[in-house]
Amino acid sequence: MTGPFDEATLRSLVPSVIGVLVRRGADFAAAEDAVQEALVEAVRSWPHDPPRDPKGWLVTVAWRRFLDVVRSESARQRREVATELEPDPGPTQDADDTLQVFFLCAHPALTPASAVALTLRAVAGLTTRQVAEAYLVPEATMAQRISRAKRTVSTASFDRPGDLATVRRVLYLVFNEGYSGDVDLAAEAIRLTRQLATLAGPDGQDPETEGLLALMLLHHARRPARTRADGTLVPLSEQDRSLWDTTLVQEGVDVLQAALARQQRGEYQLQAAIAALHADAPSTGETDWVQVVQWYDELLALTDSPVVRLNRAVAVGEADGARAGLAALADVDPDLPRHRAAAAYLHEKSGDLATAAQLYAEAAALATNLAERTHLTKQAARLNSSAGE
Amino acid sequence: MPKYLILKHYRGTPATVNDVPMDQWAPAEVDAHMQFMDEFGKRLEENGELVDAQALSQEGAFVRANDQGTGPVTDGPFAETKDLIAGWYVVDVDGWDRAVELAGELSLAPGKDGRPIHEWLEVRPFYGAPSATGD
Repeated sequence: MTGPFDEATLRSLVPSVIGVLVRRGADFAAAEDAVQEALVEAVRSWPHDPPRDPKGWLVTVAWRRFLDVVRSESARQRREVATELEPDPGPTQDADDTLQVFFLCAHPALTPASAVALTLRAVAGLTTRQVAEAYLVPEATMAQRISRAKRTVSTASFDRPGDLATVRRVLYLVFNEGYSGDVDLAAEAIRLTRQLATLAGPDGQDPETEGLLALMLLHHARRPARTRADGTLVPLSEQDRSLWDTTLVQEGVDVLQAALARQQRGEYQLQAAIAALHADAPSTGETDWVQVVQWYDELLALTDSPVVRLNRAVAVGEADGARAGLAALADVDPDLPRHRAAAAYLHEKSGDLATAAQLYAEAAALATNLAERTHLTKQAARLNSSAGE
Repeated sequence: MPKYLILKHYRGTPATVNDVPMDQWAPAEVDAHMQFMDEFGKRLEENGELVDAQALSQEGAFVRANDQGTGPVTDGPFAETKDLIAGWYVVDVDGWDRAVELAGELSLAPGKDGRPIHEWLEVRPFYGAPSATGD
């Protein structure tokens, strides 16, 4: 390894090394534990003593750890199975099982929370403590969740191809929900999706995985503008667009264009297309809302999702005026989260400030996080205090 | 050190002095309140007194088991008159007096017109473990 020690590069090798151990006869759970221990060793020794062949180093150390565990267990059980598990002295196989480890960790038998936890440990190479901190649960709880998840997938075949859609869903969850602790989960989700995009598809390309990558890049680009220093939310229309990361925007647009050119549209590509139109506009007013609505129409035809219907109504409000937006909103399930917030916004735009203030206050009471609650309360406060003047 | 729960309520406590719903404040007053709460939490942490702080949504329901073989029964959303917990701090402090002092500080969070809310906070001691020398 040349250059300074890079932990992300080290961790990107984790699924592939687990794959080698499993091919040599280790069961998945034990292989994963052994690789975690090798990682700890690598973080300690690589900065001052970098190996020439990082993957080979990890395989050697992890396999040694695995054998230590097997030997001590078999000694305890007074059985001699270790002889069957002598190290393979030859070079590691060329076959790369990274993608199989992605599939296993997103196995459909796992709950979403378990799949997320297992993916972050066995694919991303994070420690249990880091995953626990990211999701604000005690480390012991996360350790249990991960070991239960490993038991659940331990009988799954390593050779059967998995479903890329389930992997994408897990990575989307990681991107969307993780925000605390010392690990940047959004950046981690982008790294894994990038890795998946290079592994997926017969020619190494899968348009929906590229679509997901583009979507993440385009949203990540806006992150510096999305919150103020005190943690309060800045809505898209008020964001300082000079803070958007233009390098990420450009990469997102390039990845999206390559994906769309493959003519197999899916929901992530369509969502990314909408995000790209926002990224392209100097302000809310100068956004191509007519085209945004067209993408929403296509997304709605594909997914029939109530959330898409809600977002489309807001876009219609921008493209064709508040009344048209409210008419579109009439078709949307009023129990949806953020329905009242959207209604409040459209009522304000239509000039009905009293109704808007009332709806913002109701929306605040229904908010699912404090930042959103504060933001919506302030919207109501703004309208109420200007009405009193 | 004993632990105490400092409980905030959306409703169900005696009326406060400055009792105006937050959406009737000026936006800058909302900001000032949030900043106060933020600083209060940070100060607890810096003092080494904070164990946990959580805020609860107003949503939810009461749930109990029904007759065998049928699903649980829910009652909710909560009626307007019911006591409704908004959140809590768990603090690990020298004793009751310090817990009351902290709740008193919290009660002075600024509200409408920048004046303190004088909100009622509930302070409850946790049961501790039996002491090693107490028998």
